[in-house]
Amino acid sequence: MLLGDWDLVVIGGGPAGVAGALTAALHGLRVAVVDAGARLGGQYFRHRAAPPHSSTPGFGRFLGQVRALRERAEVLTEHQVWSVTRQVDGRLTVHCAARDGGRERPVALGCRRLLIATGAHDRVLPFPGWDLPGVLTAGGAQALLKGHGVVAGSRVVVAGTGPFLLPVAVGLAEAGARVAGVYEAGGGLGLARHPLRALGKAGEAAGYGVALARHGVPYRTRRAVIAAHGEHELEAVTVARLDRDWRVLGTRRVTCDTLATGYGFIPQIELGVQLGCDTRHDADGSPILAVDHGQRTSVPGVWAAGEPTGVGGWRLAELEGRLAGLSIAAAAAAVAATAPAVAAAAAVPTAANAPVPVPVPVPSVLLRRRRSARAFAAALLEAYPVRSGWQGWLRDDTLVCRCEEVPLARVREAQELGATDARSIKLLARAGMGWCQGRICGYPVACLAGEPPAPPRRPVAQPISLAALAAFDEDGTRTEPHTTEDPA
Amino acid sequence: MSDVIVVGAGVVGAACAYYAARAGLDVTVVDRGPVAGGTTGAGEGNVLVSDKEPGPELDLALLSNRLWRELDRSVGGFEFEAKGGLVVAETADVRLQLADLAAKQGIQHENVPAHALRDLEPHLADGLAGGVLYPQDAQVQPMLAAARLLRHSAGGRGGRLPGGGAVRLRLGVTVTGLLRSGERVSGVRTDQGDLPGGAVVNAAGTWGGRIAALAGVDLPVQPRRGFILVTEPLGEPLIRHKVYTAAYVTNVASDSADLETSAVIEGTPAGTVLIGASRERVGFDRTTSPPVLARLAAQAVALFPVLRDVRVIRSYCGFRPYCPDHLPVIGADPRAPGLYHACGHEGAGIGLAPATGHLLAQLIQGHRPDLDPHPFRPDRFQAEESR
Repeated sequence: MLLGDWDLVVIGGGPAGVAGALTAALHGLRVAVVDAGARLGGQYFRHRAAPPHSSTPGFGRFLGQVRALRERAEVLTEHQVWSVTRQVDGRLTVHCAARDGGRERPVALGCRRLLIATGAHDRVLPFPGWDLPGVLTAGGAQALLKGHGVVAGSRVVVAGTGPFLLPVAVGLAEAGARVAGVYEAGGGLGLARHPLRALGKAGEAAGYGVALARHGVPYRTRRAVIAAHGEHELEAVTVARLDRDWRVLGTRRVTCDTLATGYGFIPQIELGVQLGCDTRHDADGSPILAVDHGQRTSVPGVWAAGEPTGVGGWRLAELEGRLAGLSIAAAAAAVAATAPAVAAAAAVPTAANAPVPVPVPVPSVLLRRRRSARAFAAALLEAYPVRSGWQGWLRDDTLVCRCEEVPLARVREAQELGATDARSIKLLARAGMGWCQGRICGYPVACLAGEPPAPPRRPVAQPISLAALAAFDEDGTRTEPHTTEDPA
Repeated sequence: MSDVIVVGAGVVGAACAYYAARAGLDVTVVDRGPVAGGTTGAGEGNVLVSDKEPGPELDLALLSNRLWRELDRSVGGFEFEAKGGLVVAETADVRLQLADLAAKQGIQHENVPAHALRDLEPHLADGLAGGVLYPQDAQVQPMLAAARLLRHSAGGRGGRLPGGGAVRLRLGVTVTGLLRSGERVSGVRTDQGDLPGGAVVNAAGTWGGRIAALAGVDLPVQPRRGFILVTEPLGEPLIRHKVYTAAYVTNVASDSADLETSAVIEGTPAGTVLIGASRERVGFDRTTSPPVLARLAAQAVALFPVLRDVRVIRSYCGFRPYCPDHLPVIGADPRAPGLYHACGHEGAGIGLAPATGHLLAQLIQGHRPDLDPHPFRPDRFQAEESR
């Protein structure tokens, strides 16, 4: 089923997507927003509808934006996007699998412009026992708490690196969990010394610090959970003291029934990669979508905002969403103004008929704010790097890929057999071939291969039933090739 | 200096290295990427005799089928499964054609009446007219097969097996030219230095035409793209054989550049189901085509309704090395003495690899080959053009 011909389809209903969609809709564009979740909010505003979570900054404002958006745009929740294609004439099609009760049904949205606001997911590192029930990602623990109001466990350890550990620990403690400790693998002082700390985050961090102290939660730096123990479920973890490079100096055992662990975030950019958008490496080496000052990607008609253009948190995501919305509205207005007679045809930007570069009428104050927020985000990534010593926490039988149950020994064997890069480790050892498509193990496997993580190639971005895929309506348009390997 | 330089670390290059080394020759395998990084890494691992018309390719396939079984015993570790192939017919007419083809092929087969299909494949759809079972059809995990063959050849002391030649693997090394001594090809030039050798084997698969061009000879190997869908792992295996429809045989032999699809469905030891096959000549374009994926899904569900609610978790595409007459190129190139070819196997490269390597090793040593290589000669295209 091909649904409409939208001026703009926004993929992702988090802070970036909602702000972008609302901004464009307020400028008169016909907008549809698709999101895989049951409600809008993304990872950060993933709350029950009521009562609002008072402890989450910005939540009230976000709900206001969602209300305004629902009056002006089509909001499609429980729509998983598995593919995005761009036809030779520049029209874009967003292919979704929609959940109707227990069944999946294919939905295709036609549009002239696309905003990729697909957020990020947790970056995790493997360690012995990380596949035990009771071991969660930091984001997963927070999602349980926010989405379902579940206290993840009665005695919790939070471990990893980055400032996100703090709100996770505070959220758990405030919900009544006993947080046995927060273990930050980094030095922790990197940011405090940074001149940019004055930007306001430091105040937030101090607030979390006070909250942790109030609940009696110890916060330790240069510590990491390097093993999880338990017969059938988590019973305890090994906490190690680390040197600068995260090699183990000493260990002790901490009893707990839940571990929330996260080592930063991985931007979700596979839809941009499907379309052939240029990518670059962020300060932490993560592949991200390259965008210009108006949040445009290298592919005409395709914009991106928020974490896919670099992890930076919800405030920056919202700001970039607004910037993208303004830039999209300006592009649409320019097309309509320059060629009113053939507006219908010309409104479709194509490679040949590239959009006339229009000055983006973006208030310079927004651009300045984004610049400083981006600089702060980069400083955070640099302050909390993942150090290579974690590879020493693994044993031969430690699973690297949980979906396909691939232990470290099989990865090493694949390398022995001639797998010189992450892709051929996948081909020979099956790491990353399973359900999550390498979202979890892609980063550690790239590290083990000694290469920076490559832009994710996922032609089927989300699982889709064969019946739903078979029901796909061929519209007869040819997809524009963009990944031709070599012209020879 | 090696006796043989093999260009390409796919399954064909690996088989060439294996058989040459087994004959006592020292071999260097060079590839611009990792092991099995090209079409081998995008294959289903078909070891088929059923889909070949009677003639030289079927003879090659039968020899290869026997060699794969030997390799499973002597090398192993690449998930060899002698599962058998089941070709099914939608109509009575097609069933007669299938039976006719099977009789002409003269290979092991069993005509399966409609009522007996579900004894072989319990989840097949209603209304099929019957089929033919080919017990010799088999499957391997192609990346592991290439890697194990290379590893086995180089696995002994000093990178050689007892009595065998040494095998050296040079990965991430790009061939940029060929060395000559007089008229003779005497090695390869790479981005990391020259590699002299007594003979050079072009096992560059879909990119074989480019290696040939470095020698100044024409080899019309073109990419023919195929997509494969991969499902989530199933709790229990639903599909026992390699199952495909009669249209597959027609498509394999077709010359069309346009999109052709036919259902080819099989389970794997990992529990996933692989769903092919599509063929189209669109150059080296990797852009995913949802309409092609949708057609593959529709054909799979039509053949096995039980797969309706099974989810596809990924897809991949690869480029079959296509020659205009659908036959591989195997043998010495009279236009460039010292240069041998082992490429252009289209969709049958995994299956035909051992026989190709075996014949090539015999040719390099000047021995009489087990099969007449004349139909596979590299200069046959030129002859056709000038006729």
